[in-house]
Amino acid sequence: MEHYHMNLNLKVWRQKNCKTKGEFKLYRVENISSEMSFLEMFDVLNEQLIRDGDDPITFDHDCREGICGACSMYINGKPHGPWQANTTCQLHMRAFKDGDTVVVEPWRADAFPVIKDLMVDRSAFDRIIQAGGYISVNTGNAVDGNSLPIPKDDADASFAAAMCIGCGACVAACKNSSAMLFLSAKVSHLALLPQGNPERKSRVMNMVAQMDKEGFGACTNTGACEATCPKEISLSNIARLNQEYLMAGLTEK
Amino acid sequence: MLDAKIPAGPLDDKWVDYKGHCKLVNPANKRKLEVIIVGTGLAGASAAASLGELGYKVKAFCFQDSPRRAHSIAAQGGINAAKNYQNDGDSVFRLFYDTIKGGDYRARESNVHRLAEVSANIIDQCVAQGVPFAREYGGLLSNRSFGGTQVQRTFYAAGQTGQQLLIGAYQALERQVALGNVKMYSRHEMLEVVKIDGKARGIIARDLVNGTLERHFGHAVLLCTGGYGNVFYLSTNAMGSNVTAAWKAHKKGAAFANPCFTQIHPTCIPVSGDHQSKLTLMSESLRNDGRIWVPKAQGDNRKASEIPEEERDYYLERRYPAFGNLVPRDVASRAAKERCDEGYGVGTSKQAVYLDFSAAIIRYGKIEAGKEGRDDVAEAEIITMGKEVVKEKYGNLFDMYEKITGENPYEVPMRIYPAVHYTMGGLWVDYELQTNVPGLYCLGEANVSDHGANRLGASALMQGLADGYFVIPYTLGNSLADEIYAKAIETTHPAFEAAEKEVSDRINKLMSIKGNQTVESFHKRLGKIIWEKCGMARNEKGLKEAIAEVQALKKEFWSDVKIPGEINEMNPELDKANRVADFIELGELMCIDALNRNESCGGHFREEYQTPDGEALRDDANYMYVAAWEYKGESNWELNKEPLVYDVIKPTQRNYK
Repeated sequence: MEHYHMNLNLKVWRQKNCKTKGEFKLYRVENISSEMSFLEMFDVLNEQLIRDGDDPITFDHDCREGICGACSMYINGKPHGPWQANTTCQLHMRAFKDGDTVVVEPWRADAFPVIKDLMVDRSAFDRIIQAGGYISVNTGNAVDGNSLPIPKDDADASFAAAMCIGCGACVAACKNSSAMLFLSAKVSHLALLPQGNPERKSRVMNMVAQMDKEGFGACTNTGACEATCPKEISLSNIARLNQEYLMAGLTEK
Repeated sequence: MLDAKIPAGPLDDKWVDYKGHCKLVNPANKRKLEVIIVGTGLAGASAAASLGELGYKVKAFCFQDSPRRAHSIAAQGGINAAKNYQNDGDSVFRLFYDTIKGGDYRARESNVHRLAEVSANIIDQCVAQGVPFAREYGGLLSNRSFGGTQVQRTFYAAGQTGQQLLIGAYQALERQVALGNVKMYSRHEMLEVVKIDGKARGIIARDLVNGTLERHFGHAVLLCTGGYGNVFYLSTNAMGSNVTAAWKAHKKGAAFANPCFTQIHPTCIPVSGDHQSKLTLMSESLRNDGRIWVPKAQGDNRKASEIPEEERDYYLERRYPAFGNLVPRDVASRAAKERCDEGYGVGTSKQAVYLDFSAAIIRYGKIEAGKEGRDDVAEAEIITMGKEVVKEKYGNLFDMYEKITGENPYEVPMRIYPAVHYTMGGLWVDYELQTNVPGLYCLGEANVSDHGANRLGASALMQGLADGYFVIPYTLGNSLADEIYAKAIETTHPAFEAAEKEVSDRINKLMSIKGNQTVESFHKRLGKIIWEKCGMARNEKGLKEAIAEVQALKKEFWSDVKIPGEINEMNPELDKANRVADFIELGELMCIDALNRNESCGGHFREEYQTPDGEALRDDANYMYVAAWEYKGESNWELNKEPLVYDVIKPTQRNYK
């Protein structure tokens, strides 16, 4: 892999807090290595801003290995930037070339108010989980793990849905700011396992009700969420969610 | 004097007897007792969920925006449990024995045995929660092997085991939040412990969104705040992982034990340049199928593919034929360092070795062809079939490697190098996971207990969940049973007032320095000192230099650090400054501890103490103790020794040959 260096123009959303109006500001970074991650490029910029006496740019990030779901930048019109199946922290600068202009915004959704700059409040996701995204089993109640064989295909499908990192890129990508991919991943993860069966109906009803309450939009099946999801959560989960919801609604006591 | 409160009786019966005789709190009284939990990774989330279920009033705190982001999520390979589902001779005793041996005989027998005992319950609990562990076609749970053991006892969910376990614990926690048993405080950082009449009675936390300081009362305080690996600046820890909560507790009287026991993980992606902000682990499970090698000739600049088989040195297989590529982490890391220091390293930096899957790809390809009953398959097709199998096993890790390096590990061998990964040291705790400050507990990686001088792979997840699900629900009740008459203390109490003032004074002081150097630059310099002089190999001269350098750095930090922004707003630079200030103090103690320990054991390798063939040389006569340091004022610590008594296992030199 050839390494190279580049100069970039950055257009970054700055907003002091949720009460003030934000605006784009222009910055220039020089001599950026193609081996850096996107967030390391932001580290360089922030060090530069601090030295110049400016306010550094605030953004969420933690594990920097694509699994915690904290990082959340809308880069050149795409959540997490140009690479497929990728998070912002795993985007590397070889995705860009010398002289590029890069536009960086926060996730934009009513349910994700901006805290500062590129950092948003995603606690709505926690509240959706609180509404039913679990199996009610207290510690100590479990039987032997092998007492309930689960067909490998079911376990694998459940795992594929459970890989969701809760970053919210699906919401940011959706023109309606719908949280259906996030919600459907959790409903699928639990509905595909026999352990999830007893609460199957109440779970889907309560979680959907909470999602609506949080102000997420409706799903119109454009598939933008699936296309942008860093963990490639499948749109078929939304079909499963709709089926679960319909079944639960029709058979509600 | 430290009392570990190890129950009397034979090792096998200690935990059973303890549970049978510990005090209980009746449900009506549990409702009156408040518990503060700081940190919501595997240990914190599982403790918060379990204590909430029991009926305690729990307040849980995390600095991340959601408990689901805690760094337990990044654990890849798996979780050990003595289930013996594979019928390969595993048992509670073997898991116990492997853990003690892997830890180079510097862990407490009673705690480790309990860990092995509850390990099987953890798997059951997680399955019941819906954790989608890997399964065989018959629907039963799958296992794989890991370093330092000769049985297959590791349960896993592809390369995302930590994520799946944490999501399980997180969901259990959120369920308790919904039920009103746990109140969750996200984006909050604990900055002080409040002690009243010698007992931990609460914390001062800072709301990171608006900078407000808050006072929270608890009948007990549980710190589940993870390890301190970021003292090295570069580590596999998350950017936010820090020692601050544990360090504040330390300065309020809790002993900090074995801080020099840090784990350098052998298989990480090498550093690519000065811009590097963190390092990424490639799961140890890769050593099941990958073969580690360097060229036999020094300074060989050929591409890996151009170096013929006979000119490759599979140095782990050569030095350790019995365990081969699956030796414990400390052994594998040192062996890689030795080769690179001798000039056999690969890649542009020469600070890397190869982890090669070509043999495994062919082996798996042949098995696949064999399954179809075909023996005339061309090599190209075998390779294609083999790659599919490898992809199924390690696909996400290979993808991650390619994203970071731009190289395709299915085609060229991975380049790896050791990196800081885990810290075995931490707050000293007794058998009940209580520190020497009454009412202050410590769980998971943040405590010192179970891994001795070196942790075996797939044991961190096991310990975090053991502490939270199956240990603390019993041991906490044993002391809270005496607190049922203790009313909640108003946070207007002078002790809360004083603690809050201490915190705000410190923050004001930091903000008023208005110097010239960024927090990040100090952190990098600290990391460099500790990595070079208290890293994979240490010696007396280097450690003495490091102590002086860290002290000087501390002075410079407190006179020249530059923190932008305001106190009463979201200010990540201020948060970081608070953490780096504590890392600097910890760095000094690490070097003091490493200097005190005149032996080599596990992750602590003192160059002066090694066998003729370069293996760690323990000194059981003089150092078979937990070094628990008590804070006595600036740069001043007193050493307390907890002798380690081995009733069941006879310590020997670890031998993986």
